[in-house]
Amino acid sequence: MAWTRKHLLDLEELSAAEIVEILDTAASFKEVSGRSVKKVPALRGRVVVNLFFESSTRTSNSFALSAQRLSADTLSFTSSGSSVSKGETLIDTAKNIEAMGVDAFVIRHSAPGAPHLLARHTGCSVINAGDGCHEHPTQGLLDIFTIREHFKREKSEPEKALKGLTVSILGDIRHSRVARSNAHGLRKLGARVILAGPPTLVPAAIGQALGVEVSHDIDYVLKESDVFNCLRIQFERKAGRFFPGVREYAAIYGLNEERMKKAKPEAIIMHPGPINRGIEITPELADGTRSVILHQVENGMAVRMAVLYLCVGANN
Amino acid sequence: MSTLLLKNGRVFDPSRKLDKTADVLIDKTAGTVASIGKGIKAPKGAEVVDCKGLLVCPGFLDIHVHFREPGFTAKETIATGSAAAVHGGFSTVVTMPNTDPPLDNGASIAYQYLRGEEAGKARVFPMGCISKGRAGQELASLGLLSKAGAVAFTDDGAAVPSSFIMRMALEYAASLGKVIVEHCEDHDLSNGAIMHEGKVSAALGINGYPSAAEEIVIARDIRLAKLANARFHVSHISAKGSVALVREAKQKGVRVTAEVSPHHLLLTDECCRGFDPVYKMNPPLREASDVDACLEGLLDGSIDCLASDHAPHTTEEKSLEFTEAPNGIIGLETNIAVLLAKLVHTKKLPLKRFVEAWTSAPARVLDLPGGYLEEGGPGDVTVLDLDREWTVDSAKFLSKSRNCPFHGWKLRGVPVYTVVGGKLFEAIGKTMA
Repeated sequence: MAWTRKHLLDLEELSAAEIVEILDTAASFKEVSGRSVKKVPALRGRVVVNLFFESSTRTSNSFALSAQRLSADTLSFTSSGSSVSKGETLIDTAKNIEAMGVDAFVIRHSAPGAPHLLARHTGCSVINAGDGCHEHPTQGLLDIFTIREHFKREKSEPEKALKGLTVSILGDIRHSRVARSNAHGLRKLGARVILAGPPTLVPAAIGQALGVEVSHDIDYVLKESDVFNCLRIQFERKAGRFFPGVREYAAIYGLNEERMKKAKPEAIIMHPGPINRGIEITPELADGTRSVILHQVENGMAVRMAVLYLCVGANN
Repeated sequence: MSTLLLKNGRVFDPSRKLDKTADVLIDKTAGTVASIGKGIKAPKGAEVVDCKGLLVCPGFLDIHVHFREPGFTAKETIATGSAAAVHGGFSTVVTMPNTDPPLDNGASIAYQYLRGEEAGKARVFPMGCISKGRAGQELASLGLLSKAGAVAFTDDGAAVPSSFIMRMALEYAASLGKVIVEHCEDHDLSNGAIMHEGKVSAALGINGYPSAAEEIVIARDIRLAKLANARFHVSHISAKGSVALVREAKQKGVRVTAEVSPHHLLLTDECCRGFDPVYKMNPPLREASDVDACLEGLLDGSIDCLASDHAPHTTEEKSLEFTEAPNGIIGLETNIAVLLAKLVHTKKLPLKRFVEAWTSAPARVLDLPGGYLEEGGPGDVTVLDLDREWTVDSAKFLSKSRNCPFHGWKLRGVPVYTVVGGKLFEAIGKTMA
């Protein structure tokens, strides 16, 4: 298929075919990372700017390195706080940087919809690297890439690519952009999705909004799932007000080796990071044989290269 | 006698059971209606307006507007706001006291009247605060505010969190013959949320607040109004459960009234997909079932009247992130036309109820002058062209602000003239359509 989008704002708006197009492109880029000279000239002469208004290590580095492997020039802008507290609006900041001759913005921001705002007001490609609790589409894509690769579903049709697989996303779903992107993407590729955790962090409305299942019963989820995607509690978004405490959370909802005995033998464990070891998942599981966590990080490079290549390439 | 003669219009005032083709003669010196009848001969020097094919109604009242003066005059002033009012077909407006400083003393109320008279457009009546500094801690000087002309009391923009202060305010206001008006929101429950809590907020990852936050405060205030035997008015009602509470209280004889804004009759939280802050307001846009319940309430009288909650903000402020942009939209210049096109012409709202809800009903809710057409009554008239087709262009508004979700809407029906005490103003149907 011909890729036409210059922005990647969320996975909600993508079709199954578009998602698979990104995944297939990523698969071809994955090979580049294994070479001794890890560079292709695909975006030579183009400029990609990281605009990070929330702290990040893995996502910002992953995007920067991905852009560099495509031979793009990169620039990084980091700031904390809202535009109101800074005194300059987001649009003004972006337009000033755009005027330096920029092709793409990779934006992370605490405000849901901030990438959509940039897309309306600038001529650049806009890649959402996480907007508040809304979406984190490249994380969703790299998670889906990892699942598709692990279960060898590369040859399936887009709508059926993950058919028959049950993916549970566990934890602080309310505050999770990763959960939202994963749910949209997985559902479009035919997977069954269960959002699981305490009722205050996994409200029923989220299941309705995303068209997926919700469960508050960890034993049920353990039995059903082929994939466990664990999320951390987002204390920085005041998630602590929504449940009694970390000790109780770990005891009732945390994944540990004992609990995993009830899971399917071939089930895998994922985590978008950063991990709060001992809360949502024990260190033994995070580093154990079921874990594909470091594959996720590796695949993140390939997926971000694919997204930049397709979107910046479409913005001529 | 200097006069204005509105010729051959369809004179329409449900409160006086008036619906006939007639002329309306207004005494500009006295500012009152001199006579209503067929074939009135134009007195010498009379200003004559041909109203053939037009609907001649009592001047419309909007009892919920923010004119931002003093304190936020980049958004609106009393002069620009009252110009927008007559441009939008309103002869009377009631301004909210959440200015900076808030209108919590007699002098600040006198200033509103002074600036309103200087502007010389719509009649401007201010509400005063319930609490000192709008802080919710101590009662404002309700007696002195009343003496200075405050038509009612509200801490609009926020509810009065303390049930005790609210009870005192209701009892005190009752003795003054005034109404307590409340922005009903349990702020502890809404917890800084910026849209309706539901499927849309869940999908967008935006902190929403449930209708229960509005219903809880309405339920509390209904009980307190009953206890105090006082009059209580619900500002900008938005939720299905709220309408049911008001309906039930009215049936039980509690002296409660309510208003609803056009946007809560026309738009839902689905509009917030896309993160455009022009759809951000408080109370927030809710669900289709809430919209239906609000219309039902307006039809059966549970909701007494319409009011815009005209809330101007600068383009800069409304170009911020959805989470950062301030709450509110303007309404004075679209109120009439959007409802005519979307509810009256579609037969969902009878013309009679529509006119009543902008005239006699709001006048009754706050005991304001006007809202009817009668010899000797105020010479305030709103003239509508029910069938004119036009497109809303916010660039042509007289309001200082442009935060209007109806920009670009193609509509049928528009106000063409507004008369305030005999003074004739061209409304948006003349300047835009």
